[in-house]
Amino acid sequence: MTITEKILARGAGLKEVLPGELINARVDIALGNDITAPIAISEFRRIGAKKVFDRRKVVLVPDHFTPNKDIKSATQCKVLREFAMEQKLTHYYEGGDVGVEHALLPEKGVVVPGDVVVGADSHTCTYGALGAFSTGVGSTDLAAAMITGELWFKVPESMKFVYYGRLNRWVSGKDLILYAIGDVGVDGALYRAMEFAGEAVRKLSMDSRLAMCNMAIEAGGKSGIIEPDAVTKEYVKRRAERPFRFYSSDPDAGYVEVREYDCRKIEPQVACPHLPENTRNVTDVGEVRIDQVVIGSCTNGRIEDLKVAAMVLKGKHVAPNLRLIIIPATPDIYREAMEKGYFDIFLKAGAVISPPTCGPCLGGHMGVLAPGERAVSTTNRNFVGRMGDVTSEVYLANPAVAAASAVKGRVAHPDEVCGL
Amino acid sequence: MTVNQPASPVKIAKPRGIKPRTGIKGRVWKFGPDIDTDRIIPARYLNTSDPEELARHCMEDEDPSFSKSVKPGDIIVADKNFGCGSSREHAPIAIKASGVSCVIARSFARIFYRNSFNMGLPILECGDAVDSTDAGDILSVDIAKGEIRNVTRKKTYHARPVPQFMRELVETGGLMEWVRRKFPQAF
Ligand code: SF4
Repeated sequence: MTITEKILARGAGLKEVLPGELINARVDIALGNDITAPIAISEFRRIGAKKVFDRRKVVLVPDHFTPNKDIKSATQCKVLREFAMEQKLTHYYEGGDVGVEHALLPEKGVVVPGDVVVGADSHTCTYGALGAFSTGVGSTDLAAAMITGELWFKVPESMKFVYYGRLNRWVSGKDLILYAIGDVGVDGALYRAMEFAGEAVRKLSMDSRLAMCNMAIEAGGKSGIIEPDAVTKEYVKRRAERPFRFYSSDPDAGYVEVREYDCRKIEPQVACPHLPENTRNVTDVGEVRIDQVVIGSCTNGRIEDLKVAAMVLKGKHVAPNLRLIIIPATPDIYREAMEKGYFDIFLKAGAVISPPTCGPCLGGHMGVLAPGERAVSTTNRNFVGRMGDVTSEVYLANPAVAAASAVKGRVAHPDEVCGL
Repeated sequence: MTVNQPASPVKIAKPRGIKPRTGIKGRVWKFGPDIDTDRIIPARYLNTSDPEELARHCMEDEDPSFSKSVKPGDIIVADKNFGCGSSREHAPIAIKASGVSCVIARSFARIFYRNSFNMGLPILECGDAVDSTDAGDILSVDIAKGEIRNVTRKKTYHARPVPQFMRELVETGGLMEWVRRKFPQAF
């Protein structure tokens, strides 16, 4: 069996599961946010449920419009807060405790290796980086999981992506996943579990792995996963709040497809409008003037991302009339970036530093685009209108490319700003 | 296909008396491939989950005339990967609240697929029907049989069958109703 099948079999209380089989599995964590949880809560109440299945396992993170953008979003958050208090949930975050959910949960040790996690947010697939099976579901699914502690799943076929060879300079997990999405397309892994493997993946930091698994959904994947190893252990050992278990794929595990990539051929990638599959080498994008750069989100708002941005921006200033918005994804990352002196570099470069929030990633607030404006963003989606007006455009890239582009005022390779 | 029941011994009651929705008929709105949830309902309207209001902005960035001219019963026909992107249930809610009776696509993104079944928006996968249907055609659809009839062109197509368990979900009245029957102890 693959790692995914093993985790699902454990969740379903079965010895074995097969791709295509419909199962009911116990969930270890059920997650909702300020957009999706209000619907789940109203479903919960509508059918007359009284109690969540386990107050330690239902997690609510109002992160999308935080700090509350307007009266309506404040009202949505109030629904979450009251529900969290009524049900005495142990994992509810707001104010100075809230961060972007998919950065926050691994950091706090709320999700651990071997878990079955469902979240009413498509980027719940992020936690595969820890060796958990985690997938995005809808609000009704969340309501059912909150009540019963289990949910139906169709066991996905697994598709393996093997990366070998050394990474080029400035290339991170973000580039590896963009490269794969460019290869297979936005539905190239539809309904499938994407398993990332190979020596290059083994060498990636946890921050890079989280960025990779985060974007599995951008290829249509049900989940992304990386077999846990020493890097995983190092990351979870001082965080995990529950016992965890490492699973790995059997040597004879069945894959519906295997793709292999030579990392020596992978340059920093940029996904051009309006789909994450429109990827190119940053040097092949051509002269694209930009109005805004966003560095943050559940994809690339972690400390490693801010570190590389600081490296590129050190002693530089952003191009005239360009807005650089930097959003540390969680309060802990915020503090660490501040203590390491990155904020000084950012402020001197002319950046705005936002509190942790999804904000502009979904065109919510804190940096929405006007008609015709273009942005380079370290987020995960560049759909039409994703960050603002329908005529605005988003170019997805890693934090080094984003920072370099902010300095140049156009899509730029980090080497142009930060010579060897 | 089977559904195992590890955690709770209660068997799913056989649906009684609830007939699957049949007899859907309406005019076609045609859309291309990879229609993402931001196009179905832009994120800027997600500060509410009121179906009526969501319906007012349904498909706004793709076709601004949609929400004004869509009629109850109309059918969306789209190419591959319909509903890709975010997990927002607001997308099927907006479509359903705008009066659309059924969505037919070459394929659906998986969370959208799940959401639709869980909340009772009938959807069918059928590439043939997508290929030979134009905007404005009249379709009649039998969800139970997976049969799509193009009344304008006098042609019939057969959709990929829906797994038994998921038909059961729809027939029970959606996931919440299923939960209510299966977990009486929670209420
Ligand atoms: S940062 Fe963006 S992609 Fe991530 S959870 Fe928030 S809105 Fe979604």
